[in-house]
Amino acid sequence: MAHVAAGETTHLETNTGLDNRKLLMWLFLGSECLFFGSFIAAYLLYRNRNVSGPYPKDLFDIPFTSVSSFVLLMSSLCMVLALSAIQRGNVHKMRIWLLATAFLGLVFLSGQAFEFTQFYREGLKLDTNMFGTTFFVLTGFHGAHVTIGVLILMSLYGGSLKGKITEENALQVELAGLYWHFVDIVWIIIFTMIYLVQPS
Amino acid sequence: MAATYSPKRVSMADAIKQTREAGESYQGIWSWITTVDHKRIGVMYGVTSFIFFLLGGMEALLIRVQLARPANEFLSADQYNRVFTMHGTTMVFLVVMPMSAAFFNLLVPLMIGARDVAFPRMNAFSFWVFLFGGIFMNLSFFTGGGILHGDIGAPDAGWFGYAPLTLNKFSPGNGVNYWLLGIQILGIASLAGGFNFIVTILNMRAPGMSLFRMPLFVWMTLVTSFLLIFAMPVIAVALFELMFDRLFNANFFNAAKGGTPLLWQHMFWLFGHPEVYILILPAMGIVSEVLPTFARKPLFGYPFVVFSGVAIGFMSWGVWAHHMYTTGLGSVANSAFGISTILISVPTGVKIFNWMATLWGGSISFKTPLYFSIGFIAMFTVGGLTGVTHSIVPADYQQQDTYYIVAHFHQVLFGGAIFGLFSGIYYWFPKFTGRMLSEPLGKLHFWLMFAGFNLTFQPMMILGLLGMPRRIQSYPDGYGWGFWNAMATFGAFTIALSILVFIFNVIRSVRHGEIAGDDPWDARTLEWSIPSPPPPYNFAEIPQVHALDDFWHKKYAEDEHGRPVPIPQGAAIAVSSHEGGGHGVEARNGDEGDGGHGIHLPSPSYMPIIAAAGMPIMALGLIYDYALLAVGVAVLIVGIYGWALEPATEE
Repeated sequence: MAHVAAGETTHLETNTGLDNRKLLMWLFLGSECLFFGSFIAAYLLYRNRNVSGPYPKDLFDIPFTSVSSFVLLMSSLCMVLALSAIQRGNVHKMRIWLLATAFLGLVFLSGQAFEFTQFYREGLKLDTNMFGTTFFVLTGFHGAHVTIGVLILMSLYGGSLKGKITEENALQVELAGLYWHFVDIVWIIIFTMIYLVQPS
Repeated sequence: MAATYSPKRVSMADAIKQTREAGESYQGIWSWITTVDHKRIGVMYGVTSFIFFLLGGMEALLIRVQLARPANEFLSADQYNRVFTMHGTTMVFLVVMPMSAAFFNLLVPLMIGARDVAFPRMNAFSFWVFLFGGIFMNLSFFTGGGILHGDIGAPDAGWFGYAPLTLNKFSPGNGVNYWLLGIQILGIASLAGGFNFIVTILNMRAPGMSLFRMPLFVWMTLVTSFLLIFAMPVIAVALFELMFDRLFNANFFNAAKGGTPLLWQHMFWLFGHPEVYILILPAMGIVSEVLPTFARKPLFGYPFVVFSGVAIGFMSWGVWAHHMYTTGLGSVANSAFGISTILISVPTGVKIFNWMATLWGGSISFKTPLYFSIGFIAMFTVGGLTGVTHSIVPADYQQQDTYYIVAHFHQVLFGGAIFGLFSGIYYWFPKFTGRMLSEPLGKLHFWLMFAGFNLTFQPMMILGLLGMPRRIQSYPDGYGWGFWNAMATFGAFTIALSILVFIFNVIRSVRHGEIAGDDPWDARTLEWSIPSPPPPYNFAEIPQVHALDDFWHKKYAEDEHGRPVPIPQGAAIAVSSHEGGGHGVEARNGDEGDGGHGIHLPSPSYMPIIAAAGMPIMALGLIYDYALLAVGVAVLIVGIYGWALEPATEE
């Protein structure tokens, strides 16, 4: 009967020591990997199967997309600084960095909107060829994720104005950050696999 | 019968009083709509999925009536396609998955000694999304010319929805749109549930409940939940691709533009084979709880059963193409998938032998739950063996698209999953209603269902080997198929009769059943240590766990021959008193004056149902009118923000 092992008496908040919400976020991101993975796989499967143009090499503007990729990367830096600020209890600085992150996210989205319009003008529609189908759907879903990220950041900003974001619940900013960085990393993969590595 | 175990309940009387006072709102329909209690959500999951089970069963009977004799014209070919599509979709997504989710909800927090799941409102959200998704899917019946004239609009492309059959060209109308959006909605419910149960199991176990002291059902829930969160996004992407093809003219599966319909099959089965184990692992977990209780022996080789379940979970990702041998993948791919499919039968076989060894030498008490569990083992073994015959590529070429396949997967999903789930219903019914189901009626139900099942599906094996293809609305006389089909139809009605017996048993027992008490089966796991039905806060005192089957060890010691000897009641109290966790009870708004940590039960909330209601509105909007889509998005956003802004527990 008496099998009480050492350590059993110490009562942790959770068994793993990770906050429930943080574990949830990691699991969600794990699930999202398969979501984007499936779309990227479909893109790669179809990238040499266009029966008509326009083709990726006719449309991609690598310098332009490099700049917007850089903007998204910098937004991740701002996100880190926002989290660091709130963890040190500096709500004011956190607000500035949250706004900066959201702003850079919006710049990225504007770049995407410009790119979509440009491609459309040059004759690429969803139904034009396999490139149109897979490119618009994949990057569109990524853009939707960035949009949701911006909404989350703005909600955090709004919450902080009401005094709801404090050093004690810096976790909320951390969770938003995990999501934001994930979406950022997905873009790095998309940029590499779809823009930079092109079929000859 | 058993030594009663009475833990020292610090302020049980106070707890009950306070719960009653604060719990005036714990009644009425509004309390069900706003509930975040895992037990109530579990009951709602169970009842809803049973109603869908009756619906899917009626669809099955329509199919069987149509096929009862050659050249029958009971259903037109068009109606037949729609009915069998809805039968398959309903039974997979609206019956077996949610009924398993019902057991996750009812049992996991109780088995690990927690007061609720990690995210109670997300749990409610999950249920409402499932309910609305199921209703949405079935609305498709009304989109034809008129259901009363037999002109039904349900999807007609099979539950696997192979492209290009599902494209607009071959499936005009809205049936397939309802199907793909319906599964998309149901997938969100499954994902939310999967996340919730992983976090609950990993994070909320009672002190001392290490992973290898968890009941096997909890392990199987954990594996199933991981399969869910990784498999559902794959089907979500496949469904999005189909949606873009159908609604926005994209080319994912359009061969004329370079698309390949084979991509659908790969993605569907990459989801679909883990899905098979999502359907069967919970039932395996149930059986692994029922057998030790009624054999009065611990589960034989507990770690082997756990690791077999985990191994099945991993391997289920490497076998999907055995559904696709005849698509021309080439002999290397076919051989590789053939080998992996043979391999996955090894951990399954390990489990079957462990179950048999659990019964071996036990002092078996033959109660209805055990009948169903033994039925599960027998029928699932037959199903598994026929599955191994499919892994052999040349044999599969013969069996592909015949009734042999239909017989095989009903053998595992009905003979396996449904028998296992009924075993669970008979086993845990007393815990959640406080009353026993009738044993004689339960055994009648079992024998009728067992006989009916074998009369229905064994003839299909023969029909398959005789060459009868599946998914045909009619067949001519003279092939020798008529007799076996008539027998299958007779069997299907026997199953229906057995379900009527079950319904009668439930209705009668809820009112007049024998009072169960806390521990009617002399069982082994924590849920039996608390009252039946459990109070809203589950455990007055969070249990301290010292061993696998902890509750059993609190009731019994072993003599020198390893036989269980009841521990006298006084000793049990002595054991529990030195645990002294001092988790006092303070239900709802009570004070914290009893020196313990208060129980803050999560507050009821109507935000989950609002957020969930946005989903079918969005889906209808995608089909009919984008303005409606905007309304759906608005409802969803209102629900999510309301949810985020309200406090999780009353202060």
